[in-house]
Amino acid sequence: MDTSKTTIIAQLQKDILPLQGYKTIVNNAVLDVGLGAIKNAFPNNRFPLGVVHELIYTQPETAAATGGFVWGILASLMRSGGITIWISASRTIFPPALACFGIAPDKIIFIDLQKEKDILWAMEEALKCTGLAAVVGEMKELSFTASRRLQLAVEQSKVTGFILRNHPGNINTTACITRWKITSLSSELAGGMPGVGFPRWKVELLKVRNGKPGSWQLEWTGGHFRHIIPTILGVPEQHKKTG
Amino acid sequence: MPKRFVTIWFRYLRTDWFIRRQPGLGTIPFVLASPEHGRMLVTAANAMAQTLGIHIGMAAADARAVIPSLQVLDDKPEQAVKLLTGLAEWCIRYTPSVAIDPPDGLIMDVTGCAHLWGGEDQYITAISKRFQHFGYDTRIAMADTVGCAWAIARFGTVAAVIETGHQLTALLSLPPAALRLEAATIERLEKLGLRTISNFISIPRTALRRRFSQQLLIRLDQALGYIEEGIQPVQPVEPFQERLPCLEPILTAKGIEIALRRLLGALCQLLQQEQKGLRVALFKGYRADGKIEKVEISTIRPSNNILHIFKLFEFKLSSIEPALGIELFILEAPRVEVLSPFQETLWKNNAGLDDTGLSELLDRITGKMGENHIHRYLPDEHYWPERSLKLAVAINEKPATTWKAGRPRPLQLLSKPAPIDVTAPIPDYPPMLFRYKGTLHKIMKADGPERIEAEWWLQQGQHRDYYCVENEAGNRYWLFRLGHYDVAKTYQWFIHGFFA
Repeated sequence: MDTSKTTIIAQLQKDILPLQGYKTIVNNAVLDVGLGAIKNAFPNNRFPLGVVHELIYTQPETAAATGGFVWGILASLMRSGGITIWISASRTIFPPALACFGIAPDKIIFIDLQKEKDILWAMEEALKCTGLAAVVGEMKELSFTASRRLQLAVEQSKVTGFILRNHPGNINTTACITRWKITSLSSELAGGMPGVGFPRWKVELLKVRNGKPGSWQLEWTGGHFRHIIPTILGVPEQHKKTG
Repeated sequence: MPKRFVTIWFRYLRTDWFIRRQPGLGTIPFVLASPEHGRMLVTAANAMAQTLGIHIGMAAADARAVIPSLQVLDDKPEQAVKLLTGLAEWCIRYTPSVAIDPPDGLIMDVTGCAHLWGGEDQYITAISKRFQHFGYDTRIAMADTVGCAWAIARFGTVAAVIETGHQLTALLSLPPAALRLEAATIERLEKLGLRTISNFISIPRTALRRRFSQQLLIRLDQALGYIEEGIQPVQPVEPFQERLPCLEPILTAKGIEIALRRLLGALCQLLQQEQKGLRVALFKGYRADGKIEKVEISTIRPSNNILHIFKLFEFKLSSIEPALGIELFILEAPRVEVLSPFQETLWKNNAGLDDTGLSELLDRITGKMGENHIHRYLPDEHYWPERSLKLAVAINEKPATTWKAGRPRPLQLLSKPAPIDVTAPIPDYPPMLFRYKGTLHKIMKADGPERIEAEWWLQQGQHRDYYCVENEAGNRYWLFRLGHYDVAKTYQWFIHGFFA
C-alpha cells in the first residue's frame, strides 16, 4: 500500500513538473551546462533549459560578475554552433572578452533598443525563434504578466532565456523558474602567488520553483566552472607588488 | 568550335528613330544638331540629307545654305546609348549575349546560334529583314572575330558572312579605318599612302609599332583572331511587379490587407518559380486624388516566404492613408537575389547564422524598430581596445582573423574611460587605492602593466599602461595610466572596464 502511494506521488510530481514550466528537452544535445553540484538544486537533478532565468544585480561590478556567470553557461549552450541574441538598452559588453569564455563573439547578435517595452517585445519575438541557443535581455523591471508571456514563448520554442535585471526597483513575483544573484569573490592563485586569479563568484540561487535554493562558490577556470569549498579566511593578504 | 560574331551597324540610328516617331520626316531631309562652341553643329543626318551633300560635323547654318528646306532638330546625345541598349535587349531573341557598341552598333556573340535559323546567311537575312521592317537601315556582317565583323559591316563590299579562318583575305582590301583606329593614326596612314590594309600588313611589326603605336598592332591582331576580344553583354532587368486594380476604391485597412495578401501571393509564386528571393519590396497604393501612398520593407536575406514578408509589411500598413480610396495597388521587388533552395533537414539542428528563423526575426525587429539596432562584431587587427573590433556588414560575414584570447580583457568596457583619483607608489607599479564615483577602492591584487600604444598612423596620443586590479570586495577592474610617469604629473589614471 505504502509503495503504491509513493509511486503515485512520484508519478504526480512528474506530471506536475511540465505544468510548472520544466520541459524535458529531447533533441537538445546540451543537457549539462557544467554547473556541477548546483544541478542538484533543481528537480530531476538537471539545470533547466528551455525556461527563463532571472538574475538580479545592482552595481556595474556585479553586472560584470553576473554576465560572467551567464557567459559561462552560454559557452556550453553555444558549443553546437548556435546563436545567442543579447538585447539591451545601454550595452557595455566588450565582445573580444568573450573569447576567454570559449565563445566566438561573432556568433552573438546584439540588439540595442531604447525603451523597456521594445526590449520586452524583441525578447518575446526572439524567444519564439527555435533556431537560437539562448536569448539574453537586460532590463530594469519585469512585471508578472511580461514574465508569463516570456515563459509561454519558451515553452513553445525550447529556447533558454536569461533576464538580467539591473537595479530592480521592486523585486516582484515573476513567472521565471529561478532567480539568481551573483557577486564577485576575491580570486586566489595557486600557491599564494601574487596577482589576479581566475574570476570567482558567489552564486546565490534565491528562488527556484520546486527546488532547493542555495549558495555556492564557483570559479571559471580553463573553460569550465569549478566549485570552491569555502575556507575560513585567514589574515588578509598584504598588497603584493607586481610588474 | 570557333567563335562567331555578328556586328550590326545602324547607318542612320538616331534619324531612323526620329522617323519612326514622326513618319512625316521620312520624306524630307533633316538633321540633328547640338550646340558646340556657340554654334549648332550637325550630329546626325538622315539618308536623304546625306545624299544631298550634308555631312556630320558641318555647321547647321552651312547645311541650311545647301538645302534651304532642311529641318534642324535638337539632338539628345545621351539617347544613342539608351536606344542601343533597348535594341540589344530586343536582339536577345537571336543570341543570349548581345553587347552595345556606341555610338551606332551592336555586337553579338552568335556561336552556335545560326543553325537554328537554318544557316548563317539565313540568320543574317532574318535579322536584317526585321530591322528593315522597323525602319532601321542596317549593315550586318558575321565573322570569327569582333574586329573582322565590324570592318566588314562598315566597309565590306562583297559578302556579309566571312567563312571561318578567312579574316585575312577579307580584310586585305579594306581601308585602315576598318580596324577601329584612332583618327590620328588613320590620318598618318593616309598621309603615307597606306590606303588599304594590304599595304602595311607585311611591314615588320616593330616598324609598325614604332610609327603607329601599339594600338594598331592590337587592333590588327584582334581582327585576325590572334588576340581574344571579349564583349560585355547587356543584362536585361526582369521586373518583379504585381498590379491589382480595384473596381471600387479601397478605404478600409482590411481591404488594403487583402490586396497586399493577394499581390504577395502572386509575387512570391513568381519568385519561387524563378528560385529567387526579394531583398526590398515596395507596396504602392494609387489614391483616387492622385497621390501615391507607399511603404517599403527590406530583408537581410533573400526571402520569398509570404507569411514573413506580410508580417514585415504589417508593422507599416497603418501608415497608409486611403483618404478618398485607393484605386490601384502595385507590389514591386526592386532588389531580388538568387535564393538557393534549402534542403529540408530531417533533424532540426542549429544552423547558426544561416538559420531562416533568425534572419526573419532580425527582419521583424528592423521592420518594427527601424535601422541601426542590430549589431554583430568581427575581430579587427588592432590592440587598442576600442579598435579591436569592427561592425559586421552582412549577417553571414565571416571573421577575417581570429579573436585573440591571450590577453585579459574586461567583460564590461566603459564606452569612454572615466578619470579616477589614484594613489600609486612608484613608477610602473599598480595603484594602491583609487576613487571611482565617490567610492574608495583598496586594491588587494594586481596584474600588469600591459602597454598598449596608440597607433600613430591612426591616432595621435599617449600610450596606455593597463593594470588588472582586484579590490577587497573581490571586484575586478581594468585601470590604465595614460602617458609616462613623471614628476610634473602629466599623466592621468582612468578606469576602463570591469572583469567578470
